[in-house]
Amino acid sequence: MTDTPQVLFKNRRPGETAFLAEYQRSGGYEGLRKAVKMTPAEVRETVKESGLRGRGGAGFPTGLKWTFFPADQLGEKYLVCNGDEMEPGTYKDRELLLADPHQLIEGMLVAAYALQTPVAYVFIRYAYERCAQNLERAIAEARQAGFLGRDILGSGFACEIFVHRSAGRYICGEETALLNALEGLRANPRSKPPFPAVRGLFGKPTTVNNVETLANVQHIIAHGADWFRGLARTESGAGTKLYGLSGHLNQTPCLEAPIGITLRELIQEHGGGVWQGRKMKACLPGGASTPFMTAGQLDVPMDFDTIEKAGSRFGTGGVTVFDETTCMVEATLNLNNFFARESCGWCTPCRDGLPFVSWLLRQIETGKATMDDLQTLRDQLRNITGTSFCALAQGAVGPIESLLRLFGDEVEDHIKRGRCPLKS
Amino acid sequence: MNALLTETQLEEFRTRAAEMPHPRELVIDLLRAIQNNCGWVPDEGVELAGEILGLSPVQVEEVATFYDKIFRQPVGRRVIHVCDSICCWSRGGEQVYGYLQEKLGIVPGGTTADGIFTLLPTCCLGACGEAPAMMIGLTTYGDLTKERINEILAQERQAALSPLPRGEG
Ligand SMILES: Cc1cc2nc3c(=O)[nH]c(=O)nc-3n(C[C@H](O)[C@H](O)[C@H](O)COP(=O)(O)O)c2cc1C
Ligand code: SF4
Ligand code: FES
Repeated sequence: MTDTPQVLFKNRRPGETAFLAEYQRSGGYEGLRKAVKMTPAEVRETVKESGLRGRGGAGFPTGLKWTFFPADQLGEKYLVCNGDEMEPGTYKDRELLLADPHQLIEGMLVAAYALQTPVAYVFIRYAYERCAQNLERAIAEARQAGFLGRDILGSGFACEIFVHRSAGRYICGEETALLNALEGLRANPRSKPPFPAVRGLFGKPTTVNNVETLANVQHIIAHGADWFRGLARTESGAGTKLYGLSGHLNQTPCLEAPIGITLRELIQEHGGGVWQGRKMKACLPGGASTPFMTAGQLDVPMDFDTIEKAGSRFGTGGVTVFDETTCMVEATLNLNNFFARESCGWCTPCRDGLPFVSWLLRQIETGKATMDDLQTLRDQLRNITGTSFCALAQGAVGPIESLLRLFGDEVEDHIKRGRCPLKS
Repeated sequence: MNALLTETQLEEFRTRAAEMPHPRELVIDLLRAIQNNCGWVPDEGVELAGEILGLSPVQVEEVATFYDKIFRQPVGRRVIHVCDSICCWSRGGEQVYGYLQEKLGIVPGGTTADGIFTLLPTCCLGACGEAPAMMIGLTTYGDLTKERINEILAQERQAALSPLPRGEG
């Protein structure tokens, strides 16, 4: 348990924040020093070889994303860090920024160098004011030390980082909605194509990456792509991951462990097992938009491909566990209410479809539904799937689809008995 | 009501807007500054923000009304945002919400008679490991129990009544 290499959390101490002096004592800014002696293309190539995949939920290979970006083209272009983190069950970026904000600043500077973006933004959600303040202090310290600003470490490369504070709404985490939000427009998503790499912030080429993704970059440069791949326990995986535990566990920490750790280890060793001596019924393996997994799937390694094969998604690495007394219809209703309320209202399948799904789930939960309603629910899922303007509504469908697939009997039991079978 | 912006703030925003290639990106900062001074964003605040950024009031309004943490109607001095998302739900979030309603004598969306607290739901606060959680102003409180809620409310009430400058919220 303790032999897991700590890369992102190595300076994390309870209730404390590491700033520049401590960060540098543990090798901080060595990655940046090394990066500026390489060519930007070499830095990009190393990140590509490392196998790093996006930590913001979709798992897109970071190096590949960067190849779509016109790094060598002169002129205005941007790097944007996505620190919206509003998907229920996800709180890893917060823990990282509370513990060690320079991890992100150095990662962003290396990424900015690789992509040759003179301006970078960190988009921070409303509830993370302390993270925003930590970042501002880290930026000031980095500037003072010559890591940020003009002529970084004598390389001739210049980069400024700005912190943008938001004011709520989950949709701001969707990368094109985020760009609108940053520009001061209403934060509805944009149509793709054109993708942000072609036309992004202020109409210029832009790369959007998650906080944890960017925080890995300087370590990859400092220690190499092979080292990074070697951190994972799966063949195809790479790196460590920040896992945030929540729900019906004895302990609910956020921790750093290899990609490929099993759900069982996370739940038993780090979560101290299911609370109150109960058994596990289900879990969300990677946030509110990932389909449920069951107690029979505990030995699946936590990696993108393996979790997908198991019928769910790796998502953000936020694991929420439900004990045997949980009504899965009620849990799913709670999840769907979140998506329905956070819908940006732009397209009909999401704006109108999700509230209708909530209504149907409530009918089932309260014992008022008929088998026809269940059919209507299935029809609704089909109507929403593939028709929504952005991925929010698709994310909402995940848990519901898995409810019907894994807990179909429990759903029908509600209808047959005319009440929730888990409540006396 | 307090001034929408202090003289210094007004000066600063005007200077920054004049220097920036895309002043519109300041709109959230501006709305949040006004809200910090007034407690909410009145129509005059929307107009002022538009004037500083070279936008029409409706261009500011469509942004202001999008966000659940920008208030376009008066609220209490402290807004309590109770998380009603899945991790908090799994650990007694509904009871916390119920207890707050009972203790404050208000329904969701309501404000206490003394004008101190407004109660609203919010989605996940990123405190899922400390569920159930709530946020008052910009401070997140986790591991809530009835006793802890009583203490927090007493503290926040006192802070709201003290003559010191208010925190944002
Ligand atoms: C509704 C919605 C919300 C999202 N929220 C976030 C978020 O809070 N943080 C994040 O990094 N990515 C979020 N994403 C994913 C982003 O669109 C984008 O894929 C990601 O920031 C890319 O970074 P990565 O490749 O480093 O993971 C969200 C996507 C959707 C559809
Ligand atoms: S799917 Fe939902 S959040 Fe996405 S654009 Fe449509 S209404 Fe907005
Ligand atoms: S679900 Fe309540 S803080 Fe995350």
